[in-house]
Amino acid sequence: MPDISAWFNDLLSGNLIFTPTTMGYYWTGLVTTTQLVFLSLVIGLVLAVPLAIMRSSRRKWISLPVYVYTYVFRGTPLLVQLYIIYYGVVFFDGIQQSFLWPIFREAFYPALIAFTLNTAAYTTEIFRGAIKSTPKGEIEAARAYGMSQSLMMRRIIIPSAFRRALPAYGNEVIFMLHASAIASVVTLMDLTGAARYVYSRFYTPFEPFLFVALIYLCLTFAILFFFRFLEKKLLAHLKPQTL
Amino acid sequence: MKKLLSVSLIGLAVAAASSAQARDYDHVRIGVDVPYVPMEYRTAEGDLTGFDIDLGNAMCEQIGVTCEWIEQEWDGIIPGLLSRNYDAVMSSMTINDERRQQVLFSDPYITMPSAWFAASDLDIDEANEETLEGLTIGVQRGTLQDNYVTDNYSSVADISRYSTADDMVLDMDAQRLDIVFLDFPIGQSTLVENDNGDYTIVGEQITQPKEYFGDGFGIAFRQRDEALAEKFNEALATLKEDGTYDEIFARYFGEE
Repeated sequence: MPDISAWFNDLLSGNLIFTPTTMGYYWTGLVTTTQLVFLSLVIGLVLAVPLAIMRSSRRKWISLPVYVYTYVFRGTPLLVQLYIIYYGVVFFDGIQQSFLWPIFREAFYPALIAFTLNTAAYTTEIFRGAIKSTPKGEIEAARAYGMSQSLMMRRIIIPSAFRRALPAYGNEVIFMLHASAIASVVTLMDLTGAARYVYSRFYTPFEPFLFVALIYLCLTFAILFFFRFLEKKLLAHLKPQTL
Repeated sequence: MKKLLSVSLIGLAVAAASSAQARDYDHVRIGVDVPYVPMEYRTAEGDLTGFDIDLGNAMCEQIGVTCEWIEQEWDGIIPGLLSRNYDAVMSSMTINDERRQQVLFSDPYITMPSAWFAASDLDIDEANEETLEGLTIGVQRGTLQDNYVTDNYSSVADISRYSTADDMVLDMDAQRLDIVFLDFPIGQSTLVENDNGDYTIVGEQITQPKEYFGDGFGIAFRQRDEALAEKFNEALATLKEDGTYDEIFARYFGEE
């Protein structure tokens, strides 16, 4: 182990910007970005499934509130949502004394909340579109088997909607990764935050921003690969059949 | 006619050649990070004002150039100078060796200590490794205070970095920050003399070590604009002699 760190120190010696210290910042940034994006996507996905079902309901009083929610969160910039949740929340009197303060005091949780609500809104609309476009034949067949509405939802509509939503959802995941770059405006040391710090300390924009751009590229590749793999597995039945 | 033409052509060529070298400025664009009360800020009417602004304008008048103030966030202020978005930076910038490698500084025009500020009920008399342990410290990103705190206390405390001093004060009021470290007069006017909260200075004003706290505030120029820096130095000396400097100083910091 000491061999490797000595080799690493050797590699980085002789330049000011890529030092073990700044590497430490980039590493912290990578961890923060990954945590933030991963958690917001998982929670957002869990929220989006019931919301999408509500949104495709024919009863107005069920679908309308969800529509208002997705409209608001898709209709305003994520940066504004983040500012409102981070800086706006402190104007509620007594928030500092309430049990919520440990959550809102840190920059991480307001950012997580903003990102989660935002991605949940987009994911809801993606799923709703997929549910809407379920082939009529599948629904009629399910009815002919005497399935109830909920059984049909569970066995027929949701599984096939999931598959159809997959490519669009993969895009949403990548958008979310890139959108997370704004987290540093609320003092979070994410990847972009680390780059901004190195930039302002050494007055060099190119090296730090190019470096984190490369890291974002690698992350994007990993996501693309994962979704390519999922699509291959889950959408195999749609491929042209060869004998 | 032909002769006249060729003479004027030569004249044009000479003019073009000389302007390709160090420029003779008659219009100087100055980068500034606003707000940083009382050094540079906007009045309720939206007018740019402050010690730097008044002194800068007086210097420009003395030199006989027109000046234009261009707003730029702090963390990009030196790169902005180097990429020619403006020709000088006059924005409470401390002269230190790290920055000297990038830019050319004028003579210092004011010296300004740094200081710690915290809510009065934070029970510490002095900021050191023990008292700061576990606290959240606020600094403005890329300032010398940021460098000092990062190098000395990042192992014991959390550091939150802000783009503007305003955001930092907002989070101080929100009680997200326990303590902040900034230029003394800025902390004095935005925190202590402000009635949003009950803040106080912690410990003494800090001017050492020189490695961080440098030699006072200077105007930054691109390395090759030596002639321009020289003009500003001369103007500063004149303004100090004729009393204009003292008058501007008294306007923002009172009599000393």
